Order: sequence, then structure tokens, then C-alpha cells
Amino acid sequence: MKFFALILLAMISGLAGAVEPASSGIPDTLEERVKPCIICHRDADLIDRDAYFPRIAGKPAGYLYNQLRNFRDGRRFYQPMAILLENMSDEYMREIADYFASLPYVHPQPIVPALSSAETKSVETLMYSGDPERDLPACSACHGEKLMGVQPAIPGLLGLPHAYLAAQFGGWRNGGIMRGQIPDCMSEIAKKLTQEEVNTLVLWLPGLPVSGQPAGADVLTPELAQRCRTVLSGKEMAQ
Amino acid sequence: MSKWQIIACWVTGSLLSLAQVASAETPADSGVEQVRRGEYLARAGNCMGCHTTRGGEPYAGGRKLNTPFGQFVTPNITPDNETGIGRWSGEDFWQALHYGKSRDGRYLYPAFPYTEYTKVTRSDADAIFAYLRSLPPVVQTNPPHKISSPYDNQALLFLWRTQYFKEGVYQSDKSKSDEWNRGKYLVQGLGHCTACHTSRNALGASQDDKLSGGKIMGSYWYAPSLISPLEAGVSEWSVEDIAELLSTGINGHAVTSGPMATIVRQSLQHLSDYDIRSMAVYLQSVGKKQDSAKPRKIPKMPEHVRQYVALGEQVYKEHCQDCHGESGQGVPGIYPPLAGNRNVTMSSPLNTIRSVLYGGYPPATAGNPRPYGMPPYQHFIRDPEIAQVVSYIRNAWGNFGSLVYPDDVDNSRGSEF
Repeated sequence: MKFFALILLAMISGLAGAVEPASSGIPDTLEERVKPCIICHRDADLIDRDAYFPRIAGKPAGYLYNQLRNFRDGRRFYQPMAILLENMSDEYMREIADYFASLPYVHPQPIVPALSSAETKSVETLMYSGDPERDLPACSACHGEKLMGVQPAIPGLLGLPHAYLAAQFGGWRNGGIMRGQIPDCMSEIAKKLTQEEVNTLVLWLPGLPVSGQPAGADVLTPELAQRCRTVLSGKEMAQ
Repeated sequence: MSKWQIIACWVTGSLLSLAQVASAETPADSGVEQVRRGEYLARAGNCMGCHTTRGGEPYAGGRKLNTPFGQFVTPNITPDNETGIGRWSGEDFWQALHYGKSRDGRYLYPAFPYTEYTKVTRSDADAIFAYLRSLPPVVQTNPPHKISSPYDNQALLFLWRTQYFKEGVYQSDKSKSDEWNRGKYLVQGLGHCTACHTSRNALGASQDDKLSGGKIMGSYWYAPSLISPLEAGVSEWSVEDIAELLSTGINGHAVTSGPMATIVRQSLQHLSDYDIRSMAVYLQSVGKKQDSAKPRKIPKMPEHVRQYVALGEQVYKEHCQDCHGESGQGVPGIYPPLAGNRNVTMSSPLNTIRSVLYGGYPPATAGNPRPYGMPPYQHFIRDPEIAQVVSYIRNAWGNFGSLVYPDDVDNSRGSEF
């Protein structure tokens, strides 16, 4: 039996010979590991709203995980993220997504936009009622009544800088963000909006105070869940 | 199960794995075993690395390689009859791998590293082919190459081959150990390390098979020499340290980044301990030793250089010191040391500049599944400051390297994304 125990011991110590960070003084935490993310996605940027980088704290974990995979696998185009994630595993990205989803977020001061009452009214109609004639669902039907997103994979729209929102709409309208994902519901929707509507939307959204949590998955109607199924599964990609 | 049965199983298991190592030389093996072996060898050769687009179907090709000779598009090597290699025979595959000739008799461009693959044994080639045949066929038509004239001329390609292509399976050096020979076979042949770690001439030919380092064609990185003690030669490292870097992507001295990190993720981390150790033994043997008779003298810095480097020190203190330490000592296995780090001091500053611009994580591997990373500074530090800080780390703590200027930073930009 001793012999067997010795072999077992040798095998275990062999495993333990891998990278050993415990004695280094560097915290063995995700907070330490995601420093490369935090340099851009930090709370300070939400206070200085001219910055480009979006809030990721408190967004639904499934959404964050899908975006990480999309960046890494070339389905969502943004060079800095693609380079950073190139050699990540799915397991590690899942962990990172869960970490940011669980983080509390700061509440930036809303930036009240200079919109006319007619503009405000039209954007609120789009937001909460949509336009059935153009087959445009209400934004809130997918992104939640509070626009804070829906579990597990639909992002919140609040606490995002104007520059980021404008860039995403530009990408969707011109085919620059997502490729090969069919159907790509946001691209479809963004292309149906007029440029004026987009301009108003991306000014109006940062004017709302950020509060609350993503809504539960049951708020989605079956019709919208079907329309946005690639977003929800993150898997069904075109050949 | 009695303890003796357990021991017997364990011993048999070890013998089996020895047998698997030996079977690399067995000429014909049974179907299932051959496919399994082929899968492993395809990993070792990292066929998938080029024959798959980002996020695309494995082995269906379509990846674009941009070179000074034009754009090459990797072919579909799944067994689809129309768009893949479904109609190929084992002999066709051997012709491609060993002689660099396509099924239709045309010469292949050496972007496909048959200059290295020619060293692969017939048995290994057959196993890889059997594995590729076992994959689900993927219907995927890839766009044609866009080769610039005159490089699209087959007669020129023929001339090129007479100059630069030496056909022949790897021949063991009987004066060396089996490990060393296996390592050389993997490094120079199947693993085609030479495809990147060598300088290429204006005609795209490897200057030698000596792993002397060079800018990677079609990439934005510099592949350091695996010989030079001033670059990534590893004669002074233990075999264990070399093996650790190759299989986990990081060790106490260094961390893999850029294309090498990708090779570790896609290929090396999946190799057997024996094969990794063999590569380490071979690489250790080809490295040149530091000339200890002539200790390097670091000349005194002229005043204007001192001032320039001092600007970089300020940037270092603000952005880098938290992780890499006051004396550039780093945290081995987590944040690489910069003091004495040859990737920092080697004559090409390209990789260091790129690490500062784009940051990155070492590969997530079984041995280092949750790596720590480097932030991308391209949005936060302007080119002049990046030049200063890179100049500083190349010349601090006993390091000695040339100065870097804002133009060098700008020239280091670019990616395939």
C-alpha cells in the first residue's frame, strides 16, 4: 500500500508543480485578473461621459459572455477587444462575465439632452410603443421596462456614453459591428430607423438616471424571443 | 481490486504510453488508432491554426495571410468532395506535404510550409490524412489567392524551389538521444517553428534552418532567434523551464505573447509531456551560450539620453510599476520581470511596443487556466510617452538596448483584425 501511496503522492506533487501564484503577494482574485479590462471599463469613465467605453458592471452575465466570445471569434468587430481576448478559454470568459455582472455600478449624473418636446415625444413613443407599421418593436419590449436589460442575454441601455451608443448604431446601420449572425435583430431594427431618430435616441438615453436591475427572462414575448434568438443563445451563427 | 492489481494497472498504463510514443515510427496502424494519432499530429503541426478562420469551421480554411507577395487564402481541408479534399488520395496528400505539389500537379506556394513538412514521415502524414478524412465534410468555398505579378508564375516558383526547397524526410542523428531527435523532428519538421523563427530573404525563403529569428511575414510581430543568447535562445534555461513555457505559456522568466501565445493555446499545450520535453531538450542544445569571457560593458549614458530615459521613468512609475515592480523584477509566473528580460532588450523593440499598445493575456492553458494580463495602453498613453517608457525599460536595471522614438511606435501598429 505504501508503494501505491508514494505513486499517488508523486502524481499529486507533479500537478502542484504548475504555476503557483499564492506566495507572490499578488491577490489570487478576479479583481486582480481583470485589471486589463478596468483600464477602460472603469467607473470614472461613467462620470466623465465624453468617454467611449461602455459600462459593463451589472449587465446580464449571458450578454457579457456572448460579447466576449463574439469579440474573440470575430463576430463582433473591435480590434482592441479581439487582441486582448485572442487566447482566452470559454470557461475563463464565463467567469469574467459573471464577475462583471455581479459588480455594483456607479450612478452617473444623467446628462439632460437639449431636445424639443416633439423630439422627446417621438423618441418616447419608439422606446415604449415602437412602430408596428415599420415592424419596429418597442425598445422596452426587449430591453425591459426600466431599460436595464433582461436576463440572461439582453443588455441594459442606461449608463452608456453617447459616443458609444452612436458608434453602435452606426455599426448596425452600416454592417460594421456584427457579421455572420443571422438574424441579427439589432442590425435589422437600426436599419429601419431614420438618421434623425438615431440621433435623438443616442442623446435621449444618457438623459435617464440609471437604476434597478435587469428584468427576468419571462418578460420577453415568444415572438421577440424568436426574432432575437441568436442574441439569446449566442450560438446559432450563419455558416 | 487489490493493491497489486492497481499497481499492475498503473504499470501497464505506463508501458502503454511508452508504446504510444514508440508507435510514432510504426508504419501501418489500425484505422481507429491511426485517426487518433493523426488528430494528435495535426495538433502538433497546428494545421488548424492556418486552415480555420476566426470563429469559423475547423479545417474549412478561408484564413487570409497577407505577405509581400500577395494575399494567400488557406484551403478547405475537410473531406468535402467539391470544396475540400474529399477526392484526394493518401498519395495526393503526401505529394502536397512532402513535395509541395498540389493534386493537379501545380507547385504550391511556400506559404504552406512544405519546406518544413517535407521532413515529416510517411507514417505520420498518412495518420494526419486519415484524421482529416474522418472529419465531417464542410461545404465552404474560399476566395482565390490574390498573388501579385510576377510571383504568380509557376516557372518562377519552380526556380524558387530549386534554390530553396530541399526535399527529404527527417533523418535521425544517431549520435544524439531519441529525445533530441524527436525534438528536432517536431521543431524543424512537423511543428514548423522555423517558418516564423527565421529571417526570410526578399524572395520569402528562410535564410537557414537555424532558428535565427526574424519579422514574421504577414504578421506584425518579431519572432526572436531561438539560438541567440540576446534573444530567445534557451541554452541557459533548464529543460523543465523551457517545457513549462511551451506547455503553459508562462514560466518564471518569460511569458508568451502574440502569435506564440496562440501557438501555445492551439497546439503546444495539447502535446504529450514526452514531446514537449523533447522539444525543450533540442531547443536547449541549439542555443548559444552567453560569452562569459567578455562581460558586456554598458557605456555611460550621454546627458541627453539620460534626460530622455528619465521621462520614461515617470511614465513607468505611473502606469507600469504596480505590476512590474520598482526594479522591474515583476512577479514570476504572473507578471513577467522586465529586468533582464530579453524580449525587452533584444534589438527589435517591436514586440515590447506592441505589448504596451495592445496589452494582452497569456494563453489560458491547463497549466495556467486563469492568466493575469497586461492592459492595452493605446488609448491612454500617447506615442511619445510610449517611446519614452519603452526606452526606459530597455535601459534600466542593467538592461541595455537602443532608444525608441515615436515613429517606431507608430510603425509597430497594425493587426489582422
